[in-house]
Parts: sequence; structure tokens; C-alpha cells
Amino acid sequence: MATMTRPAAPAASGADQAPSRPSWLATFWRFCRQNPLGAVGGLVVLLMILMAALADVVTFYDPTRNNFGAMLEPPSADYWLGTDQFGRDLYSRIVYGARTALLVGFVSASVGGTVGLILGVASAHFRGRLDLILTGVMDVLMAFPLIILALAMVSIFGTGTSNVIMAITIPFIPRCARVVRSSALAVREMPYIDAARACGFGHARIILRHMVPNVFAPYLVIMTAAVGQAILLESSLSFLGLGVQEPVAAWGLMLRGGAQDYAESAPWVAVYPGIAISLAVFGFNLFGDALRDWLDPKMKI
Amino acid sequence: MLVYVIKRILLMIPTLFGAAVLVFLLMRAIPGDACMLRMATGGGSIDSHVLQACRAELGTDQPMLVQFLDFLKGLVTLDFGNSMWSGRPIIHEVGLRFQLSLQVAIMATLTAILISIPLGTISAVRHNTWIDYVVRSFSIAGVAMPSFWLGILIILGILITSKAWFGSPWMPPITYVPIWVDPLTNLSMLIWPALATGYRYSAVATRMTRSAMLEVLREDYVRTARAKGLFQKLIVRRHALRNALLPVVTVIGIEFAFLMGGLVVTEQVFNLNGLGKLFVESVQNHDYNMTQALVMIVVAIFAVTNLAIDILYGWLDPRIRYT
Repeated sequence: MATMTRPAAPAASGADQAPSRPSWLATFWRFCRQNPLGAVGGLVVLLMILMAALADVVTFYDPTRNNFGAMLEPPSADYWLGTDQFGRDLYSRIVYGARTALLVGFVSASVGGTVGLILGVASAHFRGRLDLILTGVMDVLMAFPLIILALAMVSIFGTGTSNVIMAITIPFIPRCARVVRSSALAVREMPYIDAARACGFGHARIILRHMVPNVFAPYLVIMTAAVGQAILLESSLSFLGLGVQEPVAAWGLMLRGGAQDYAESAPWVAVYPGIAISLAVFGFNLFGDALRDWLDPKMKI
Repeated sequence: MLVYVIKRILLMIPTLFGAAVLVFLLMRAIPGDACMLRMATGGGSIDSHVLQACRAELGTDQPMLVQFLDFLKGLVTLDFGNSMWSGRPIIHEVGLRFQLSLQVAIMATLTAILISIPLGTISAVRHNTWIDYVVRSFSIAGVAMPSFWLGILIILGILITSKAWFGSPWMPPITYVPIWVDPLTNLSMLIWPALATGYRYSAVATRMTRSAMLEVLREDYVRTARAKGLFQKLIVRRHALRNALLPVVTVIGIEFAFLMGGLVVTEQVFNLNGLGKLFVESVQNHDYNMTQALVMIVVAIFAVTNLAIDILYGWLDPRIRYT
């Protein structure tokens, strides 16, 4: 990672191919070279996805099976990261936990983000009363700490994976809507929107074909950040006992109860799941930051 | 200025009203109520007459609109009524816990300021050197680490070091005493959660300080100051930092407001009886009055902090005038 020169190698190699779009791979390389930290984040995310997808292949124990013959075993060749107070293999639980974390993270970030995108763009496009009401509601929702809102939602929907996803999705909507709305307000004043209106296009066409693609950058950035936040939120809820329920493998849940009681004699129970959460959030944050710099260096969230 | 402040306070009313409506409806959307929960924990079958009497006592048998107007009346007169669970006045129940949460929030904020402003500044001044990389990693790690896990690690660290040094494990005290009664016990209890949350909070503020400083350091007036031959220290302190502080103040203020109610998980780890824990308990007990009061307190703190931030802006940047 020496100096960073802008017109790097890919541009030169692309020159003899006609000035069309640089290839997918070239863009990817340029991203990695300009954002080494972002590339690290992307790698962590990729590893996590692989881990979740291949969980059955890379683990040797059932993550939910108790084994009272091997309780609180320290890390060894048999149990790479040791076992918990029920004799469950920590490594397997962490690998399967990636599934839970990614499921909650991706679903709540994408659903919450997309609903926020639609509301934000619609609010900016129509202005007037709709905008006033929507912004008002969003402002009220934003005045609640994220965890408080999520806790309230869990009390309404109940615990368990799918309910937790819902409880995390709803508080995300206003956060995304607000960011998208402010970008959409700027897009709305662009001449091409006027042109579209002059052509007599309907609202749906203007919103979907002309506005949404132009606010896609902030939407993508806030969604990546939201995945990390959702993972953190899910682990907090599960830690409180109000999120994903036993025996499902989830990182926050692994830190609950036993981890604290046995922390002194079996520190691995308390240490590894926390590392998993931190690494995952770390990866998504780095990747999100790099994506922001890449898509729109001037944007701040 | 005074007119501006009054205007802003009036503008808080719709937000507070919206929050009141929201929390009122959310609480009633939760299946079950305090009376059914009371009977259920008492064991045996639920007698409909007793249930009826209990609801009449708590006022939950009234029409929704009447209940809501009662709640609003309480808000305006600052009389939150009694807890539906313990039966004691809410002001009484909230009192000590509010003190505890406020103290943790203030201590965490101080920790965050002490860490973030110097680190963020150094990181910006020494942009793209190893110091910058270390600071950035430190702050990115802070954002990624769940504070409850950090809390567990801190407790683990205390146990291990106290055992190694004094031979017997030491744990922070678990009953809260106000700082003016016994400062030593108070601080030895609250310093740990303040550190755990303060670190995370400082990470956000460090990143903000860094990026704001980077922007300001590129400004023309900084170049002029440098051309004038001013010392780097003076430039950073007097010309750059003050102008970079605006967004940092915003971040710190907003986080402070959220800390008051959002410490739910950290309080659980350190076994603190703060507002967050009270909130979780009151939601689980379907204690409408208590939850409503707590949410309104948190939202009000949030609104007041926002106002304080805006007033602070005017002080930090004299160009900003409020009329």
C-alpha cells in the first residue's frame, strides 16, 4: 500500500478496450486499493457469509445438543473454543450464530431500509400535508432511544427470531426515511425531474424511475450501517432474554446467564461470542464507511 | 434569544404530545394487562369479578379516551400518579434511579469528552500516520464492541486482578448511595459502567472530532494563520478546534440524552437499579403509568438536550444568531 495514485492500473488497461464502463473486476480492484480498510471489512463480511452458508460443513457438533459429560471444557483439539455450561461446543454455536445474526441483520436492514426509502422519497416528492405528517411521526419515533423502541416492539410481538426481526425493522424505518428524504429533496429540484413532470409522467413513474435511482447511494450506505446496528441490537435483546430464545445459537444469548456466572473459571464462554459480535459489526461498519467514501465522498450520516 | 428559547420550548409540545400518543397506544397494544398479570402470578384461576375490581381500581376499565385525557392531565400537572405494579407514587420510585442514571450518564460523557477530543484532534493533525491508524482502529473497535460485553470483560478483569493482587476477589458494591453520602462507595460502583459506556460513546465522538478537524484544517483561515507564523499548537487550539467542535457537541449531546434511558443492557450487566432496568420491568409488568412516565421523561430530556445543543452553538460560533 504505497502511494495512492488516482488513474491507477485498471484505467490504463481499460483504455484499449474502448471507453465503455470499466469491468466489474476492475471496479472491484480500484475499490480495494482506494479503501484498504473497507476491503478488510468486506472480507470479514464475506467470511461471515461463508461461515453462515457452510455451517453444516465446517462444524463437527450439533450446536443445540447438550453434553453433560463435557461441561465448561477449556479450548482443546476436540472443542476448538471450549464448551459452555451445558457442554455445547462454542465453536459450532458461534458458526451457527452467524446465521442468526446475518438473518436478523440483513432482513431487518433491507426491509426497514426499503420501507424508509419509499416513505422518504414519497414524502419529498409529494411535500404538503403528507410530508408534514410523515416527518412529524418520524421525528417522534426518532426521539426514542433505539433499544427502548425495540423493547416496546418485542413486548407487543413477543420474543423469538421472527418477532425480533420485526422489532428491529420498525425502529429503522424513520432513520432511513429521514436520510433518504433529505437527499430526495435535492433530487426533486433537478431539471430532469421537471422534464419528467413536463412529459406528463405519473407519480409512480417519476418516483420509481427518476427519483429512487438517484437516492440509491445514501440508501445503500445507511443500509450497510444498519446491518451492523441490527446485529448489535439483536445481541443486546437476546442478552436481555427478550430476543432470540434458547436453544437457537445466537451470540447475544451465549453471553447471557452462564457466561457471567462462570466468567472467572471459564472465561472462554464470555470472551468468544463477544469477539464474534464485535468482528461482525466491525466488518459491516468498515465496509459501510468505505462504501460511503466510494459512492459519495461529501455525504455525512 | 429569549424569544427563540420560548419558541423552541413551544415547539417541543407537538413532539411530546406525539410521544405521549405513541407510548399510550403501544402500551395498550401489548397483549394482557397489569391485572391479569397480578392474578396469574398469584396462581389459581382468574376470577372475573376480582379482575373487574382490579381494573376499576387501576382505571383501566375506563374508555381509552378518558384514560388518555387522564394521562395528559397528569403530564401537564407533573403528577404521574402511582405505579400500577407496586402501588407507590411514581415520583418516589423514579427518584433514586434517576439520580443513578444521571450520574452514570454524566460520568460516561466526561469519559467520552476526555478521550475523544484529544484523540480526535491528534488523529486529524497527524492524518495518515501510525497515530491516526491507531486512533481510528481504537474508535472503530469501540463502535463495534457491544458495551455489555465490555462490561462483562471489565468485571472479569476486576475479579482476576483483585484476586492476583489482594488474594481475594473484590466486586464493586451493588447498592446505590448518593455521591454526597459516601463518595468512595458511590464512585467505586459507578465508575465501571461509566467506563464501559464512555468508551463506546467516545468512539463515536472521536470519529466526529477527527472528520470535523480534517475539514477545518483545510480551511483558508488555518492556512493564513500558518502563513502568519503561528505555532501549530495555537492554530489547532484556537483556530481549528473551536470551529470543529460544532458537530462534536451535537453528537455528544444526543448520546447523552440517549444514555439516560438507553442504558438498559449495561445496567443489566452491572446489576444497577437505573431507569433502563425500571423501564424493562415496567413494560413486562404492563405498568402503563410507569412506562408512560419513563418514556415521557426520556423524550423530554432528549428535547431539552437538543435545545441546549442549539444554544451552545451560538456560544461556540458567534456567527450563529437566534432570533
